[in-house]
Amino acid sequence: MATAETVGFRSDSAVSRAGARTGALWRYSRRNPSIIVGLGLMVVLVVFWALGTLLTNPDDADVDSFVPPNHRPSFSDPHPCYSSENPRTLCYSYDDEPRRHLLGVDRLGKDILASFSLGIPQTLMVGFIAAFIGTTVGTVLAFVAGYYGGVIDATIRFVVDTLQTIPGLLILIILTLAWREISGGQAMTLIQLSLVIALLAWLGPTRVIRSQVLVLKQRSYVELARLSGMSGPEVIVREMMPNLMPFIVANFVLAVSSAILASVGLEVLGLGDFSSNTLGMMIYHNIWYGSLINGWWWWWAPPIVVIVVLFLGLFMVSRGMDEWANPRLRRRV
Amino acid sequence: MTIDYLARRIGMFVAVVLVATSVNFFLPRLSGQDPIATRLESLAAEGVTTRQEDYAALVATYNEKLGLNRPLIVQYLTYLGQLARFDLGTSIAQFPQTVREIISAAMPWSIGLMLTSTLITFALGTLGGALLAWQYGPRAAFEIIFPPFFLLAAVPYFLLGLLLIWLFAFELRLLPLLGAYEPTSLPDWTDIGFILEVMRHALLPALSIILASMGFWALGMRSMMITMQGEDYMLQSEAKGLTRTRIFFRYALRNAILPQTTALALTLPHVVSGAVLVERVFSYPGIGLTLYEAIAGSDFAVIQGLVFVIVLAIAVAMLIIDVIYPFLDPRISYSQA
Repeated sequence: MATAETVGFRSDSAVSRAGARTGALWRYSRRNPSIIVGLGLMVVLVVFWALGTLLTNPDDADVDSFVPPNHRPSFSDPHPCYSSENPRTLCYSYDDEPRRHLLGVDRLGKDILASFSLGIPQTLMVGFIAAFIGTTVGTVLAFVAGYYGGVIDATIRFVVDTLQTIPGLLILIILTLAWREISGGQAMTLIQLSLVIALLAWLGPTRVIRSQVLVLKQRSYVELARLSGMSGPEVIVREMMPNLMPFIVANFVLAVSSAILASVGLEVLGLGDFSSNTLGMMIYHNIWYGSLINGWWWWWAPPIVVIVVLFLGLFMVSRGMDEWANPRLRRRV
Repeated sequence: MTIDYLARRIGMFVAVVLVATSVNFFLPRLSGQDPIATRLESLAAEGVTTRQEDYAALVATYNEKLGLNRPLIVQYLTYLGQLARFDLGTSIAQFPQTVREIISAAMPWSIGLMLTSTLITFALGTLGGALLAWQYGPRAAFEIIFPPFFLLAAVPYFLLGLLLIWLFAFELRLLPLLGAYEPTSLPDWTDIGFILEVMRHALLPALSIILASMGFWALGMRSMMITMQGEDYMLQSEAKGLTRTRIFFRYALRNAILPQTTALALTLPHVVSGAVLVERVFSYPGIGLTLYEAIAGSDFAVIQGLVFVIVLAIAVAMLIIDVIYPFLDPRISYSQA
């Protein structure tokens, strides 16, 4: 396959190399549709978010924001939004300005579409911060361990193996609770939540990338670079890193997905940031108020659909990239 | 070499358990709060008050009684000694009950649900994946059945659980919504009616786990089977004129299944994490729901006890699997592993 050769070849200009690689990715994606399907799902999500942002006001996502004073939403005393005939009727904000709630309003008085326009970026932010830190730390550790070997390698491998035996969610629960204790009973902010998840997010990338570094180290061009007098860091940065980049990016996408999964898990258990509108908090409130057994489908169905689209999208992108980065997995034409 | 491997593996086991217990012990103490004073304050908020001059004496008495005034290292060693005897302390939220009682009441439900559904998934997924790759099998049928499972594997267990609750318990009203048995009935394992009731209640949570993790097993098995079919001994077994069923079960499946057992061991921690959320969604009275309730009630003794028990159980399981693995697969020697 010609593309595999170009990837292995070190051309002089980094820009043209990146360009060639993008082109190769594009040509390859026509053969292997999972990247396109995955990206398509992500685009659907972005369009949904953009529409939500255009059509709603962020204030609508505040608890009770639309309800006239002293008119708290309750099912014994229903607000027009909750009428069983049409749960998505025209509602009035407290300043009597008619406001349409396209996806309805939840039990807390939040406009559901407005919650999404805030919550989707928040959820992705948690995933991206945790995965970025995790993949960066993991890549550095993997190269140090895989390239230099010896005691460092043994230590890193031992720590990773040991920590991976313990269910990650349990460690995160303990860490989150400890945080809550230390900060005097205060719930975590989203940034703090991402940082806690990042504490474990490096384990997977370290393990997987290290094994690729071991394989790559045996390649003749790496040996040649070493024999020609390049220093260790130089070999890693100039020779090995560019060749592993697609693989690292595929792992990053996977790390985003598992970080979001971890954050949703913590949030469903009631350890999230209650002032946020993340997808996990929406699920938490849904379970808490029993929206499923009350038949409030307009509340529980959208977050489930969005989460499924998000996870499928990330899964397809990472699988597609993995196949692209690893020619042995590539589809035959 | 075997002794060396065993020593290293047991060293890792000790490290896992020690790390877990130490984190369990030191993290709450990092907060720098006086647990007795905090507890008395919260009691005071509920209306239980003492005279100001008694207050300090009360704190001192409890600290003395619970050993909280001793040096940290002594406390730590005492704690390890108690753990060795499975003395996990007393629950704060459900006061007279000990943590051990709470955990042992919840454990059978989780083990019953998770073990059964994981084994069913493993069996179905592995067999399905094998047939998916088997060139003489009903491949076309499986190529239609299985792809949805590969997609479901990307969806968290508990989300699927929510959808199943809505479909089967709310819309169709075929199966119970939540719990492990009807709130009105008394657990009586000699009564066949009760056993059926328990099975009916376990069906939805089990189904959500099975549906969401089957794809994972099928994918792994399929790729192993494809590799196996290129092996020389497969060609030879065919040349010998063995029946295809025999080749499938005795030659292909038997060899391809080994990496699956490794995967089974490696996914154990994830199974536990997934179970926590599934039990929360279904209000299934296992360790996951207990953990959730302990978190909601800030019942640290129960949380720490649960974490310790889960970590210990997984560490023991991994140790056993790692030690017996070379017996399953002679190609792997202890020195390599």
